Amino acid sequence: MKYTLSPLGDQAVMIEVDTIINPSAQRKVKAIVARLDEVAPSWMVECIPAYTTVTVVYAVRAFSGKGSPFEQVCQRIQEMLLCVNEVAGTEQRIVRIPVLYGGEFGPDLAFVAEHNGLTPDEVIAIHTLESYTVHMIGFAPGFPFIGGMSEKISTPRRETPRLKIPARSVGIAGMQTGVYPIETPGGWQLIGRTPIELFLPDEHPPSLLAPGDKIYFYEITNEEYEDLRGDVE
Amino acid sequence: MISVTKPGLHDTVQDLGRYGYQKHGVVAGGAMDSFSHRIANMLVGNDETAATLEITLIGPSLLFEEDAVIAIGGGDLLPMMADMLVPMWRPVFIRKGCELRFGAARTGCRAYLAVAGGFAVPVVLGSRSTYVKAGLGGVEGRALKKGDVLHVGKETSLVKKLKKRLPSKEPIYAAGWGIAEKHLPVLSTPYEIRVMQGKQYEWFDEESKHRFWNESFIVSSQSDRMGYRINGPLLKLNEPRELISEAVTYGSIQIPSDGNPIVLAADRQTTGGYPKIGQLSSVDFMKLAQAKAGDRLSFKEVTVEESQRLFEKRERDLKMLRAAIRVRLR
Repeated sequence: MKYTLSPLGDQAVMIEVDTIINPSAQRKVKAIVARLDEVAPSWMVECIPAYTTVTVVYAVRAFSGKGSPFEQVCQRIQEMLLCVNEVAGTEQRIVRIPVLYGGEFGPDLAFVAEHNGLTPDEVIAIHTLESYTVHMIGFAPGFPFIGGMSEKISTPRRETPRLKIPARSVGIAGMQTGVYPIETPGGWQLIGRTPIELFLPDEHPPSLLAPGDKIYFYEITNEEYEDLRGDVE
Repeated sequence: MISVTKPGLHDTVQDLGRYGYQKHGVVAGGAMDSFSHRIANMLVGNDETAATLEITLIGPSLLFEEDAVIAIGGGDLLPMMADMLVPMWRPVFIRKGCELRFGAARTGCRAYLAVAGGFAVPVVLGSRSTYVKAGLGGVEGRALKKGDVLHVGKETSLVKKLKKRLPSKEPIYAAGWGIAEKHLPVLSTPYEIRVMQGKQYEWFDEESKHRFWNESFIVSSQSDRMGYRINGPLLKLNEPRELISEAVTYGSIQIPSDGNPIVLAADRQTTGGYPKIGQLSSVDFMKLAQAKAGDRLSFKEVTVEESQRLFEKRERDLKMLRAAIRVRLR
């Protein structure tokens, strides 16, 4: 497997497998993370996978040998990755996410429809038709970067970002769709809200989704939303 | 038990951070100035991972409802007891019923209050650190407010010993020794911060690179535990380029398209999509943590190897300090 190693500050090293996002890069990232977790070297604090990179945070104090800790850690990583190959066609976990579209929870659904010359119901139909892939978790606790949205409902971000986007909002920004696990400011067009939590601080792992997951959104009614919310609370 | 009679601007319980969950998007957090946090803990006989109170710019008033041994490190926020200044960087015995009042920052930006036994807040995902945006850790995942009660961990043998040794009924009693000034950070602007080249350093044009190292930047008021926005020369890429989101860390210097740098700090997000021109040396995180709006920063280039040598030297110094403090506390 080809990759480059470069420092991210004095306590982390970034393994880069590609310079463009593609399925092969995602498989390589997954294989490297699996290998690192399998070996679980004592000097590794944790690793952070992204689209085309895996960043390894290490304990500088663990290295006393010849050369800088960075040099030593690079050598260890090279040794560890000697026998790693991208895993082909590993099974994808399927996660279905219920969404109450429109209304108070999806104030921008009408705008998204108008922008694309569709009716709100057509937007919902398209949004629930496609399957999506989780590329990475980052930015905020449990926040999934999701690929695979149809161009037919792509909508630019709001010109003025909202100061508060409520937790569990489902939105669209350009070609991306996503769910906000926690309340944050943001410029996404909000089309609905899910009753289920994506960030689960009391569970292991604390994130509902993981890289590689395949997800579907499905529409629910007000009543179903309340029922599911009741289950969560 | 310690109760908050008046909250400060932003007081949060912090430890050394929440590691192992960044792959799930969970922010690492922890003390902004871990150097001061660690020394404050050492001075009261705590493990360095114990939780302290991080106090920002304007501090709180705290009523001690039990005897305690404390130490205050970091920026000088004028801690007072009645009308007496409480000395920093040394163990101080505080009798039950006394109120410790902090003022506004005289030097630096953040003070660290350690109490023997540590602040006993629940451990969430391996850490007691408060992450306000997700409501994690600390006291209900938020900054302190009036009426909050902070519980102290098990009474340590140190507290018992000092209680017995105390000769008088004085409300407070400061140890006759503390950390020598030569070990302490110099908290004055401009802060010269050592910086390594960032992963996308070569994406920037020659003029931007030159000005980055040779001019200074002013900390803007839009600075918090997540990151510092700093203003100075605008930094530009050679050509427009999009970065694929990748991990960032404490000290990553990101340049968004407006050209004004953002220096990421303890509560940074786990990944970012802006090019990174530089990366702070770990040993200088404390300078960033102690800089406040209006302070000046300048950047001095070091290599990763040099930065790691500085890190190792700092750890050796702290080890010696720890040993010396242990002897004193015995």
